[in-house]
Amino acid sequence: MINQQNMINRGVRRIMVGDHAVAEAVKMARVNVVSAYPITPQTLIVERLSEIIDRGELKADFIRVESEFAALASVYGASAAGARAFTATSSHGLFYMYEMLWWAAASRLPLVMAVVTRALGPPWNIHDEHTDLLAIRDSGWIIGMASSVQEAFDMTLTAFRISEDERVLLPVAVGLDGFVLSHTTEPIYIPYQEDVDAWLPPRNPKVPYVIEPGGEPVTLGNLPKSDLYHELHKAYMDESMGEAKRVITEAYNEYSKLTGRDYEPLIECYRCSDAKYLAVTMGAWSGDAEIAIDELRNEGYQVGLIRIRYIRPFPDDELLERINGVKGVIVFDRDYSMGFGGILAGELMGLVPSNVSFKGVVAGLAGVDVSPSEFQTIIRDFINNTEINGAMRVRRWWYIPNTNGGD
Amino acid sequence: MVTMSELHKYGRTKLIMPGTAACPGCPLQIGLRQLIMALEGKLTLVIPAGCSSVIPGAAPYTSFTVPVMHVPFASSPSVASGLVRALRARGVDGHVVVWAGDGATADIGFAALSGAAYRNEDIIYILADNEAYMNTGIQASGTTPKKAWTTTSPRGKAEDKKDVALIMLMHKVPYVATASIAYPIDFIDKVRRAASIRGFKFIHLHAPCPPGWKFPDDYTVKVARLAVETGMWILWEYYQGKLTISPPSAPYRDKQRRKPIEEYIRIQGRFAQLSKDDVREIEAMVDQEWGVLMRLANIFNIS
Repeated sequence: MINQQNMINRGVRRIMVGDHAVAEAVKMARVNVVSAYPITPQTLIVERLSEIIDRGELKADFIRVESEFAALASVYGASAAGARAFTATSSHGLFYMYEMLWWAAASRLPLVMAVVTRALGPPWNIHDEHTDLLAIRDSGWIIGMASSVQEAFDMTLTAFRISEDERVLLPVAVGLDGFVLSHTTEPIYIPYQEDVDAWLPPRNPKVPYVIEPGGEPVTLGNLPKSDLYHELHKAYMDESMGEAKRVITEAYNEYSKLTGRDYEPLIECYRCSDAKYLAVTMGAWSGDAEIAIDELRNEGYQVGLIRIRYIRPFPDDELLERINGVKGVIVFDRDYSMGFGGILAGELMGLVPSNVSFKGVVAGLAGVDVSPSEFQTIIRDFINNTEINGAMRVRRWWYIPNTNGGD
Repeated sequence: MVTMSELHKYGRTKLIMPGTAACPGCPLQIGLRQLIMALEGKLTLVIPAGCSSVIPGAAPYTSFTVPVMHVPFASSPSVASGLVRALRARGVDGHVVVWAGDGATADIGFAALSGAAYRNEDIIYILADNEAYMNTGIQASGTTPKKAWTTTSPRGKAEDKKDVALIMLMHKVPYVATASIAYPIDFIDKVRRAASIRGFKFIHLHAPCPPGWKFPDDYTVKVARLAVETGMWILWEYYQGKLTISPPSAPYRDKQRRKPIEEYIRIQGRFAQLSKDDVREIEAMVDQEWGVLMRLANIFNIS
C-alpha cells in the first residue's frame, strides 16, 4: 500500500495551456468516446485529444462530427451504451447544443463537457466572458468554473467521479476562461496514472441503465402516462443536485490525497474570515481580484473575496454562512442577462439581507481586461460609499472603462 | 430470401405488444413489426420526435419489445453513432437502427444524417416516410409530393419531393434501398442484407398514412401497393456496388404494364383538387424518375 506522500511524489510537474490540461485530464480519466467540433477557443482540446488518441496514448473512439449538436448527441448516445464520454465547446457551439443539453441531463446519464467561455455575437468575438456557460444553468448540468490551468485539470478529472456517482447521475460542465486560461501556459501538477485509476475506476456500464441490442427492453423518453411522472422526474433531478454538493465535497477530499492540494469544494474564500465587506467573483479574473484585496487590506479595508467554483448546484448555504454578519457585498459579473443585469448578482442578491449594502457590477465582457487596480477602485468606492451614505441596493452597474470610470 | 413459412412463424409472436397508441391502419406499426421480424429482435431502436414517439404508449410502460431511445428531433443519427461506437468498444454486437420519419430525416435532421452516412457509421437507418409531419397534424415536409394538400400547403405543395435515397447513394455508403410496407418479403430481405454489412445502411420505406393522406383505414396496404403498381414508388436496391430495380417493381420498367396513376391519386383525399393537367404533369415526373433510375442501374452495374 503506497502512502500519501509517495503518491504525491509519483506525480509530475508539467507546463501546459488550459486546453491541453483539460485534454490531459480526459486522457487520465481513460475516456472511451470523445466527440467534438472545432470552435475557438476550445479547438486546442479537440486537436490535442485527436493526437493523444492517434498516438495510442488513450484507447478511445473519436467521432469527428458535423456540428456541436451532433457532438453532444453522440457522446450522449455513447453514455447510454455504457461508455465514459467527453465533449467540449464554446459560446455559439454551446448554444447550438442547447436542446440536447436538457435532454442529456434529464436522461440521467453521466457525461463531462468542457466549456471554454467566450462572448456571443454579433459582432463576432472570440474573447472571454461567462454568459455562454451561465446560459445553461437551468438545464440540469452541474456547472463548475476554474480559475487556473491547474484547476481546469483538477475539475475535469473530478467531474467524472461526480457525474458517475449513483447519488448524482447528472452531466458536469467544466468552465474555463477563453484565452485567459485556454491559451495561457502555467506549470501544473499531474498525479500518477495508477493512482488516478484507483481513485477513478472504469465506469460501470449498467449504471444507471444500458441501451444495448438483445438487452433489457428499456425505453427512454416516451410520453409519460401521467404528467405527474414528469414533474416527479424533475423534482428528483433537483434532489440529486442537492446530493451533488456532498459528492463534490467528497470527491475533492479524496482527490487531495493524490495531489496534496486542498480545495474548498463549492466556494473558496480569500481573506474573508474577518471581512466586513465581501467581493464575489468566478473564473480566472479572481486572481486579479485577489491582488486588489491584498492592496485594499494594505490600505486598511477589512475586505475579502469569495470565489464561486460551482454555480450549480447553487452554493446557497455556503454563501449564506459567509455573507452572515458582513456590511456589504459586491458581485462582479463577466456575463449579463439583458434587462436584468449580472447573472451572479441576480442569484446572490436574494441571499443578502436588505440592511446589507449590495452592488452588482457587470464588467470585462468580450475579454475586456479588468486590472487589479480597477477592481481595487471599484471595491474601494463601494465600501466608502456605504460607510458614508449607508447601505445601497444596486443590482446592476455597467463598468465600461474610459467612458464610465465611477458612480 | 425470407419465406412465407418463416413469416407465419412470427404470426403470433408479439413483436409489438397490443394496446399501442397508433391510429387505425397505421403503416408505421406494420413496418416496425417487419423490421423487428427481420432482425429477430436483436436490435436497439433510436427514434426521433414523431408518430413513433407516441405509438409505444405511455411511460413507464412500452409496447415495444426491444430497447429504445426516444431522442430530440434532429439528433437520432448522432445518438446512434455514439451508441454504436460505445457498443462496439464494449464488444457488444447487434444492430443499432434509427427509425425516423420524413421530417426528422429529410428536413430537421438532414445534417446529422449526412454526417453519420459520411462517417460510414455502423447503423441501419430507416426512413419511414408518411410524406408529411403527421404527428403534429399533417404539415408539409421535404418529402411531401408535389401538389399534395397538407395543412401548410392548402392549395397543394409547389415543391417536388426530395429524393432522399438517391441523395444517400451519393454519400458512397455501402447499402441504399427503397421499400414499401406492402411488400414485407422485399423489405425483410433488404433489412437482412443491410444487416450483413458493416457500415451505414439506408432504407427508404414508403408508409401511406390514412388520416394524413385521407383514405380509409383499411386501405393502407392497398394504397402502398398501388404506389408501386402505378410506378409512383419505385423499389430499388444498391448493394455490392450494383443498383437494381427490385422484383416487385421490375415489371413496371415497362410503362405499358403500370396501372394508370389516377388509380393511386384518386383514392387519396390529399390529391382531391388535382386537375387532369396536374395528373399528366405528375405522370411526366414519374416517367422521368424511372428514366433516372434505369440509367443509374446501367451506371452502377459492376458485377
